[in-house]
Amino acid sequence: MTSPSTLAAPTRRSRAGRLAGGNALLGVLGFATFLALLEAVPRAGLVSPDYLPPLSRVGGALADLAGEAAFWTALGDTVRGWFLGLAIAVALGVTVGFVIGTVPVLREFTASTIEFLRPIPSVALIPLAVLVFGTELRSVLLLVVYASFWQVLVQVLYGVRDVDPVASETARTFGLSRWARVRHVTWPTALPYVLTGVRLAAAVALILAITAELVIGAPGLGNEIGIAQSGGAVARMYALVVVTGLLGVAVNVLARRLERWLLSWHPSLRREVVS
Amino acid sequence: MSILRRVTRASLAALTLPAALLALWWILTADSESYYLPPLSDILAAVDDVWLRSGRLSADVLPSLLRLLGGFLLAVALGVTLGIAIGSSRRLRAFCEPVLEFLRAIPPPVLVPVLMLFAGIGDTMKVLVIVSGCVWPILLNTVEGVRAVDEVLVETARCYGLRGPSRLWHLVVRSASPQIVTGLRQGLSIGIILMVISEMFAASNGLGFSIIQFQRTFAVTEMWTGILLLGLLGFLLAMLMRLFERRALNWYFGLRQAQRGGSR
Repeated sequence: MTSPSTLAAPTRRSRAGRLAGGNALLGVLGFATFLALLEAVPRAGLVSPDYLPPLSRVGGALADLAGEAAFWTALGDTVRGWFLGLAIAVALGVTVGFVIGTVPVLREFTASTIEFLRPIPSVALIPLAVLVFGTELRSVLLLVVYASFWQVLVQVLYGVRDVDPVASETARTFGLSRWARVRHVTWPTALPYVLTGVRLAAAVALILAITAELVIGAPGLGNEIGIAQSGGAVARMYALVVVTGLLGVAVNVLARRLERWLLSWHPSLRREVVS
Repeated sequence: MSILRRVTRASLAALTLPAALLALWWILTADSESYYLPPLSDILAAVDDVWLRSGRLSADVLPSLLRLLGGFLLAVALGVTLGIAIGSSRRLRAFCEPVLEFLRAIPPPVLVPVLMLFAGIGDTMKVLVIVSGCVWPILLNTVEGVRAVDEVLVETARCYGLRGPSRLWHLVVRSASPQIVTGLRQGLSIGIILMVISEMFAASNGLGFSIIQFQRTFAVTEMWTGILLLGLLGFLLAMLMRLFERRALNWYFGLRQAQRGGSR
């Protein structure tokens, strides 16, 4: 006898598929409306085209940019500052987080300091960075690392605290060394939190990298935006803003991919795939 | 007795490291000849002169805070309203999602030069910059919160004939409030960053303006006082936010504790 569940499953799936298809269509429609508005509003004179050039002109500027070697250098500078800063922050955050997190006394005595330092806006360090490092990459790195370090550290601390006491005791009973317990019990528990931290830090790092370029004048997309703005090249400035937005989307997508890939064994993701 | 000991231990744990770090800073820089790193004693002595007696507190810090407050409140109103509208309708959500994904991915500081075109370099520009950065975390978290309203509660509210504004307030906003508050917290920290950047970029007063002015005139001790003040401000605002969170979400923390059934 065919069980009702095997009959019901395909219909439910096709309904879900239809829903997803409908959603994607609506999304495309939404984006098209957004683009059409960007073209129509300046053309109709609702906003002066000097301030908001029609989309087609921004598109033209975007095409011009793609042909410039200087633009690709700037993009490379931004990506390099972002990546190096993020990598340093993640390495520091994970190391410090594991050390503090696994030693209760350390956790107790550092909590207040972390709570105090974390909300300090990293932009407060801009003048210091300018004085000490000038417009070098190191200025950018100082800001990026400071801002993203806390995101990672706090998540790692949550993750290490989340370790199942039974699992931890079991490992101890089986005579696992301290290192082996960190490797086989703490690390897998904390990994989802670490990756959440990396995802948050990746977005913050991009914001700070571009901010540093914009305000300090370190080479990169932010600096190009500043130059375009002061030179009155409005369409070019919008084109650069669009590029930073695309970069932001790419960073988000990449971070989510990384999460899926590294956590494919994790129950939360496996459940998602099954249902 | 044991309570006393626990309190002593807790305050010892909270104060030891900060005190040690400050002492270290004080001692290491005590006879510092380094141009960039003036002695901490000099910096602290300068605070009074630079910020209190010169009237900078009302001339620079107050305008900064008012712009932040204005921008933040506008962003809250906009983000929560739009978030509830978008979160309540599946179609609207699907329609807006790609655009929101893109807009939220734009690093907010690049909007400073863009908004300068429209609004010059006055207060309007700065408030707009703050709004345009704060609104995304608030909006997106509200959407998530409204989306995740408990089905059973929705049905129950329907059975009891709850509708209109009271449904919105008692059911939708209440259920989504933990996420909304998360959005507020994230929005506030972005708001502070944007407050400072918009003033560093183009302004005639404000905390960020003063700090960058000290840096440009190589008044390093004064610059350090500004950095410390800004850090303190960030910390105080985060504390205020947490206080608000405790009050507004008291019911939620209680509920969660009850659900865990004393396992904590």
